Amino acid sequence: MVNRYAPWRYILLILVIVIGAFYAAPNLYGEDPALQITHRVNLIDDAELGNIRSLLENEDIDYRSIELDGNNLLVRFDSEEKQLRAATQVREALHDSDRRYSVALNLAPATPDWLTTLNALPMYLGLDLRGGVHFLMEVDMGSAIEKSLQRAAGEMRGFMRGEKVRYKAVQTSARDVSIRFDSAENRDSARLLLEDEYRDFEFVDSNDDRSWFTRVSYNAAALEEERRSAIEQNISTLKNRVNELGVAEPVIQRQGDERVVVQLPGVQDTVRAKEILGATATLEFRLVHGSFAEWNSTAASGKAPIGSRLYTQSDGSPVLLKRSVIVTGDQIVGAASGIDQQSGTPDVTITMNSNGADRMARVTRDNIGKPMAVVFIEDKFEFREVDGERIRHRTTESQVINVATIRDQLSKRFHITGLDSTREARDLALLLRAGALRAPMVIVEERTVGPSLGQENIDRGFLSVMVGFVAVLLFMAVYYKVFGLVANLALALNLVLMVAILSIFQATLTLPGIAGIVLTVGMAVDANVLIFERIREEIRLGNTPQASIYSGYSKAFGTIADANITTFIAAMVLFGFGTGPIQGFAVTLMIGIASSMFTAIFGTRAVINLIYGSKQVSRLAI
Amino acid sequence: MARTLSNKIDFMALRKPAVIMSAALILLSIVSLFTLKLNVGIDFTGGSIIEAGYQQAVELQPIRNALESKGFGDAIVQHFGSASEVLIRLVPEADKDKAELSSEIIGLLQEISETPIDVRRVDFVGPQVGEELTEDGGLAVLYALIAILIYVAFRFEYRFSLGAVAALVHDVLITLGVFSILQLDFDLSVLAAILAVIGYSLNDTIVVFDRVRENFRKIRKKTSLEVINISINQTISRTLTTSFTTLLVLLSLFFLGGEVIHSFALALIIGVLIGTYSSIYVATTSALVLGISRSDLLLPEKEGEEMARP
Repeated sequence: MVNRYAPWRYILLILVIVIGAFYAAPNLYGEDPALQITHRVNLIDDAELGNIRSLLENEDIDYRSIELDGNNLLVRFDSEEKQLRAATQVREALHDSDRRYSVALNLAPATPDWLTTLNALPMYLGLDLRGGVHFLMEVDMGSAIEKSLQRAAGEMRGFMRGEKVRYKAVQTSARDVSIRFDSAENRDSARLLLEDEYRDFEFVDSNDDRSWFTRVSYNAAALEEERRSAIEQNISTLKNRVNELGVAEPVIQRQGDERVVVQLPGVQDTVRAKEILGATATLEFRLVHGSFAEWNSTAASGKAPIGSRLYTQSDGSPVLLKRSVIVTGDQIVGAASGIDQQSGTPDVTITMNSNGADRMARVTRDNIGKPMAVVFIEDKFEFREVDGERIRHRTTESQVINVATIRDQLSKRFHITGLDSTREARDLALLLRAGALRAPMVIVEERTVGPSLGQENIDRGFLSVMVGFVAVLLFMAVYYKVFGLVANLALALNLVLMVAILSIFQATLTLPGIAGIVLTVGMAVDANVLIFERIREEIRLGNTPQASIYSGYSKAFGTIADANITTFIAAMVLFGFGTGPIQGFAVTLMIGIASSMFTAIFGTRAVINLIYGSKQVSRLAI
Repeated sequence: MARTLSNKIDFMALRKPAVIMSAALILLSIVSLFTLKLNVGIDFTGGSIIEAGYQQAVELQPIRNALESKGFGDAIVQHFGSASEVLIRLVPEADKDKAELSSEIIGLLQEISETPIDVRRVDFVGPQVGEELTEDGGLAVLYALIAILIYVAFRFEYRFSLGAVAALVHDVLITLGVFSILQLDFDLSVLAAILAVIGYSLNDTIVVFDRVRENFRKIRKKTSLEVINISINQTISRTLTTSFTTLLVLLSLFFLGGEVIHSFALALIIGVLIGTYSSIYVATTSALVLGISRSDLLLPEKEGEEMARP
C-alpha cells in the first residue's frame, strides 16, 4: 500500500504557503517616524504638497519621502528628532493661514510598494503594544434630555405667546416641562394647540385648588431619537476635538446606548487629552440686569428679580444677568486665541454663524451703552454615596469672565478677554471650534500605556513566543524524529499563517493576543501528537508502516476535529461576551485553531507522503 | 517510555483516592473563595493604577508621604519589576472616583521628583464598569460551559457531557481556589486565562472520551471500567506530551513575558496541570458514576467513522 497525495493538494499547499508568506511579509519591515497632515474640509492637493516640500527644504530638514495618500499628506523621516522639528515648523506655518489643518505625529509602516499595492499591510497593533490612550466615555443622558426639554420649553413659551394663549408659568424638570394656567379652559385650549404643534410630546393634565397644569414629556419614540442624536452629536464633537489634538488613526466609536470608545494611539500627554475630551466648557452672552446696588442686595437676600439670575464674577463679586440668552456657544463656528493688543492679556477671537451673528447684531444695536457679560459654563462631576448606592452628581459652574459696555454694534467677529492664562484661552478656543458636547460626558474607564512600556511589551512578547517556539521545536525533533521535524515545519507554517491572517483582516493584536499565539503554538502540536501517537500504536499492533500512517491519520482526525471544534466554540463565546483583552485573546485562539488544523493535518500529511508515501519502507523514524 | 505504558497502569484502581482528593481540593477552594475571597484587581472593583518609571532607583516613603499630604493616605505604593519603577494603586472611594485623579497623582509624582518621570501605564476603571466586567466575565464562563455541554451532548452522549462539564467546573474552581489561597492578583487577563483553561481542559477530556467511545464499540467482552482503563492507557502518552509542550510555552511566557502577563501565564500553568489530571480522573469517573455503558454508545453509530477521512 502507498500513501500518495494528488498533485492538486501539493499545488494548494504551495499556494497557501506563498500567499501566507506574502501577507506576513509586511511585518518584517519596520516603521518610519512620519507626519500626517490633513485638512478638516478640503482635500490636500499637489500644490500644497509642493509648499510643504519647499518649507522643509528651506528649514533644512531632510525627509525620506513625501506623498499624498487619499486625504492625507504623509511625510516620512529617518529619525524622530527630524520628525519633531518638522512637526513644529509645519504646524506653525499651516496654522498661520488656516486652523483647520491637523498635523499629527505618526509611525508609518515602511512596507515596500510592491506589497502595499496588493493590500499587504503589517498587523494592526493594539494600544498596549504601540502605546496610547483608551477611554470609555459615558454620555450623561439625564442632562441631555433636560437640556433639550429646556430648549423645547423656550419654544413653547414663544409659541403660546404667538397664539395669544394665557399661561402663568413654564417650568422644566429633568423629565418634563410643566405649564401652569389659571383656569381649566385656558389649559384645555392651550393643550389642543400644543398637541397639534408638538407631536413628539405626550401631555398629562393635573390641577390643584388654584392652578391647572399640563405636563409635557417626550413620547417613547422621540425620547429614543433624542438619545440617539445626543450620542451622535457628541461623537462628532469628539472627532473634531481629536482632530484638533492632532492624533493619527484615532478610533471613536459608539459602544452600546450611552457610551463611546475613544482610542488615541501614540498620545503622550494623556492629562491634556483627558481635559480636552471631557471638557464641557462653553460660552454664553447675556445682557446685564439692574444696577450695582441691586446686585449686592440680591446677593444678600438670594432672591433675584423676575427675568434675571445671580452670577459670580471672576473676582467673586455678584452680578445680575438677564435670563434670556443672546447667543450660546453652539452658534460659534470659529475661535482663535491670541493676545489682546490693548491690555496685553490673552483673548479669544470669535466667529458666529449667520443666526448667531444676526441675533448678536440686533441685540447689541438696541443696547449700545449698556453692559454685556460673557459667561463661562462648565459641568463638573462627583460621586456621592446615597443609600449605599453610588450616584454621579453633576453641578454646573457658571462664571462671568467679562462684563463690558457695548460700544458698537457687534456682528460676525469679535474679541473676548478676561481669561486667566494663554493656556486657558487656547483650550477655550479649541473647544469652541470643535463644538460643544450636546450632553456632558464622563470617563468611566481609562487604559493608558506609555510608549516605552508598549515597546517593552512588544519585545517581551516576541521573545517569549520565540523561546517557547524553539523549546517546542527541539522537543518534537527529539521525541518524534523525522515526524517531529515534519511537525516543526507545520508549526512554522502555522505561525506564518497566523501572522498573515491577522495582517489580512487587520485584527488588532494585543498583548493577550500574543499570549493566544503562544498558547496556540503549544496546542497546535497537539494534533500532531495525536496523529503520531496513533501511528506508533498502529506500528505496535504489527501493521506495516504505510498502513500505520494511513490509519494513524484517519483515526486521529475525528478526535482532532472534536477537540478543536469544542475549543473553537469556547473561543467564540469568549469573543462574543468578552471585552478588550479577552476578545484579543479569543481572536488569535480562533485563527490559531483554524490554521493549525490545516497545517498539522493536511500540511504534515503532504510532507510525510512525500518522504515515505511511494516507496517501500521497513521502519518509520517516529 | 510511552511504548511500554499501554494497559500497564490500573488508573481506575486509584479512582477512589482521586475522588477524595478532588473533593477535598474543591471544598478547600470553595471555603477559601468564601473566606479569603479573591484578590480582585481594579478591573472588577473599580479604582486606579498608575505605573511610573524613574531614571534612577527611587524611595517609596517620600512618595507615600506626598500622597498622604494630598489626601491619598490609603493609596498603595510599591515597586514594580525594579527599584526604579513605582506602582500606585488607589482603591475606589465614594467621592473620588474620577479619571482626573490619575492626572492629579501624575502631577504630584512629577512635582516631587527631580528628574522627569515616564508614565508607563494608567488604568482607571469606574465602579460601574467594574461591576459590568465582573458580570460579563461570569456570564462568559457560564455561557461557554453551556455551549460546551450542548455540543458534547450532541456529539457524544449526555453522560459524557456532564462528565466533561464536571471536569471543567473542577478545574475552574481549583484554579480560582489556588488564586484565592495564595492571594494572587486576579485581573481581567486571569479571567481570560480561566476561560482558556476551559478550552484546554476540554480538549484533553474530548480526546479521552473519543477513545472511550471507540473502545466501547470495538471491545465487547470487557466491563465499562476496564474499557475506560484501557482508553486512558492508550491516550496517556498523548495527554502528557501535549501538556508538556503547552507547559513549555507557558513557562516561557511566565518567565519572559513581563509583569503584565505574569498572572495570566500562572493561571494557565495551574489550569493545565489540574486539567491534565482531571481529564484522566474526573471526567471519566463522573461518566462512570453516571452509569455510562456500551449500549449507550451504539445507537448514533458510524458517525465517528464517516468523519474519519483527513
